[in-house]
Amino acid sequence: MDFNLLAFIWAAIIAFAVLAYIVLDGFDLGVGILFPFMKEEKERDLMMNSVAPIWDGNETWLVLGGGGLLAVFPLAYATILPALYAPIIAMLLGLIFRGVAFEFRWRTRRGKFLWDWAFAGGSMIAAFAQGVALGALVQGIHVENRAYAGGWWDWLTWFSLLTGVALIVGYGLLGATWLVMKTEGPVHDHARRLAKPAGIATLGLIGLVSLVTPFLEPQYLARWFDYPTVVFSLIVPLLVLGCAFILFNGLIRGGDHAPFFAAQAIFILCYAGIGISFYPYMVPTSVTIWDAAAPDSSLAFMLVGACILMPIILTYTGFAYWVFRGKVHADGGYH
Amino acid sequence: MFQGMSAIDLARGQFAFTVMFHIVFPAFTIGIASYLAVLEGLWLWTRDEVYMRIFDYWKTIFAVVFGMGVVSGIVMSYQFGTNWSVFSDKAGPVIGPLMGYEVLSAFFLEAGFLGIMLFGLKKVGPKLHFTATVMVAIGTLFSAFWILSANSWMQTPTGYSINEAGQFVPEDWWAVIFNPSFPYRLVHMTLAAYLTTAFVVGAVSAWHLLSDRENRAARTMFSMAMWMALIVAPIQIFAGDQHGLNTLEYQPRKIAAMEGHWETEAGAPLILFGIPDDDAEVTRYKLEIPYGSALILTHSLDGTLKGLKEWTKDDRPPMEIVFWSFRIMVGLGFLMLGIGLWSGWRRLRGRLFDDRWLLRAAIVMGPSGFVAVLAGWVTTEVGRQPYTVYELLRTADSAAPLAAPAVAASLIAFIVVYCAVFGAGIFYILRLMHRRPGHEKPVEELGPTRTAGITPAATVDIDRTLGE
Repeated sequence: MDFNLLAFIWAAIIAFAVLAYIVLDGFDLGVGILFPFMKEEKERDLMMNSVAPIWDGNETWLVLGGGGLLAVFPLAYATILPALYAPIIAMLLGLIFRGVAFEFRWRTRRGKFLWDWAFAGGSMIAAFAQGVALGALVQGIHVENRAYAGGWWDWLTWFSLLTGVALIVGYGLLGATWLVMKTEGPVHDHARRLAKPAGIATLGLIGLVSLVTPFLEPQYLARWFDYPTVVFSLIVPLLVLGCAFILFNGLIRGGDHAPFFAAQAIFILCYAGIGISFYPYMVPTSVTIWDAAAPDSSLAFMLVGACILMPIILTYTGFAYWVFRGKVHADGGYH
Repeated sequence: MFQGMSAIDLARGQFAFTVMFHIVFPAFTIGIASYLAVLEGLWLWTRDEVYMRIFDYWKTIFAVVFGMGVVSGIVMSYQFGTNWSVFSDKAGPVIGPLMGYEVLSAFFLEAGFLGIMLFGLKKVGPKLHFTATVMVAIGTLFSAFWILSANSWMQTPTGYSINEAGQFVPEDWWAVIFNPSFPYRLVHMTLAAYLTTAFVVGAVSAWHLLSDRENRAARTMFSMAMWMALIVAPIQIFAGDQHGLNTLEYQPRKIAAMEGHWETEAGAPLILFGIPDDDAEVTRYKLEIPYGSALILTHSLDGTLKGLKEWTKDDRPPMEIVFWSFRIMVGLGFLMLGIGLWSGWRRLRGRLFDDRWLLRAAIVMGPSGFVAVLAGWVTTEVGRQPYTVYELLRTADSAAPLAAPAVAASLIAFIVVYCAVFGAGIFYILRLMHRRPGHEKPVEELGPTRTAGITPAATVDIDRTLGE
């Protein structure tokens, strides 16, 4: 099928929704991932409170990613999800544990430690499963006759395990820099200490994944080393290094905001790299954006809603963040 | 566990299990969200502290239920793809955008304003806080609108064509959204959510009134709940009847299964009780009202109703399930009406809070809304079998290319996790309901509106009331 502007716009919107999910939920999963490193109950209370008013909105972007994919790229939805069956189910179960922990943790004293574990474990499982799913998708999914035609363990490879670990570490970095920005006192100091090794490990894992990726598919290799996309391949590592400098400079010299935004920028750069490698595939390398697109009547109908509602959503989401701006305080002043 | 079951049966079991768990939470949150908006509105209007205390009481419960609704809902939005990929590919272009609109117009609205509603009173002031509460309530209603439209389209599909890939292609969005069964289903379900909440509120307040007759917050709650029962239960029975007539027009075999009719006949009796047997194609031990069914469904004594034998065996829904689930729902509906009338009579005498048997009955009826909602959904979902998109796409042709062990493993995981997690959640909710309402500090002294133990004072309070 040929280029279709509606489908292209929708691919961009879905890509934006997934990116918004990573940027927004990444740090709040990261806060859960860092739970085991903070032993004090008061510290954990503060960590959780820093994300309690916003986590639900953050996770809604994941629902938009899934629901949106069903609406506008049903074939991609119908082939990716069966292919990634186990990691997706694991992610959903992980999200259940961490999601309910936000409320349940305050409902019991005896059982509080259980929901601490649920929050940490659930966050870690969700992050790992997302990383595995991403790795498996990058490796490619086998599709025949509009259906997934691979085996049940195809998603499990060294590469997908590597991306799984990378995402845990990366989200941990986002969580640590979030806490540096949003908290004071012991949590802040501890998060600052944790962010440094997390930053180094994240950069190392990004390097490792980047070394392997071009050799998984001929298209990736071509994209990375052929003109004009090679320009991007040259610029991105420099930008990542620039962000890394800002990140560590902030962590060492004491900036509270810079590390968080630098870490987010690193995530966005990696995401852009994946996007450029994939295009025009929706499911590499079997289903293109044009193959997967729903009929124009579906795309157009949804686009009207998206154009009206997404700016409104972004406005009131921004408002919610604005209401809860500034440092979170242990004395409950935040709530 | 699950040996010998086919992948598709397991996938159906998984969908039934996860959706039945899920629907309980939204059925409750739709009702409480509106209730909270009314309470805060009354507080702003009258400045009577009692409304704010009731608001705070239910806000905590709402937060717990809402959290469970969110996480169990995320599962639903991905399960279409993992287990029902053929359905997703074919019906996605129609129902996908409906669900997409649900996410864009409802989920973000709820989630965006929930944080402010739960934690933000001090930060934004009462007026803006009230706006947030109303936005959350509107979000739950938008959500019901879109998801019921999607479900109704699957029951009574209109406004589509089918392309060469076998996909349903929307031709007329107005016809898709406002498909024939949608208005009835939307009204019936929204009222059901309101009734469910009313009976929960009624039961909790009745329970506290039994031991603390003068508790003002409990009295206000009980009075409001009983008004709802008196007013909404009859409306709901009427709405259900209209929904049934719509089903007769578009899905007559579902009606045949609900009514227990095998043979097509004029002047069909209303079977109050009986034991249907799908293999023998008879309903045994019938207790009938002559001409009753014909009268209700065709509004004439000699109206003709189709029996299930009009369709071949592999085109029929299982009467053995639908017959019973329908009776459970209707029976509970009339019991709700009974409570409403009883309370109305007592209120007229000025003795609403004095009748201990009414209070006890209200406690027993506390979970009735949930049971009725589940029974109603079983009726309509099992009753439209063997199709996912009615008469166009069979359930058997909708599933993903699944391996039974993978589905069995995930089904076991869902059962274990749901029972543990949501079991704990229901336990915590019951403990929250055990708190005596209205004994919290006045609003000005509340400080952090975080409903749980952020502050030391609140922690102590919770421990004491929870008896740990």
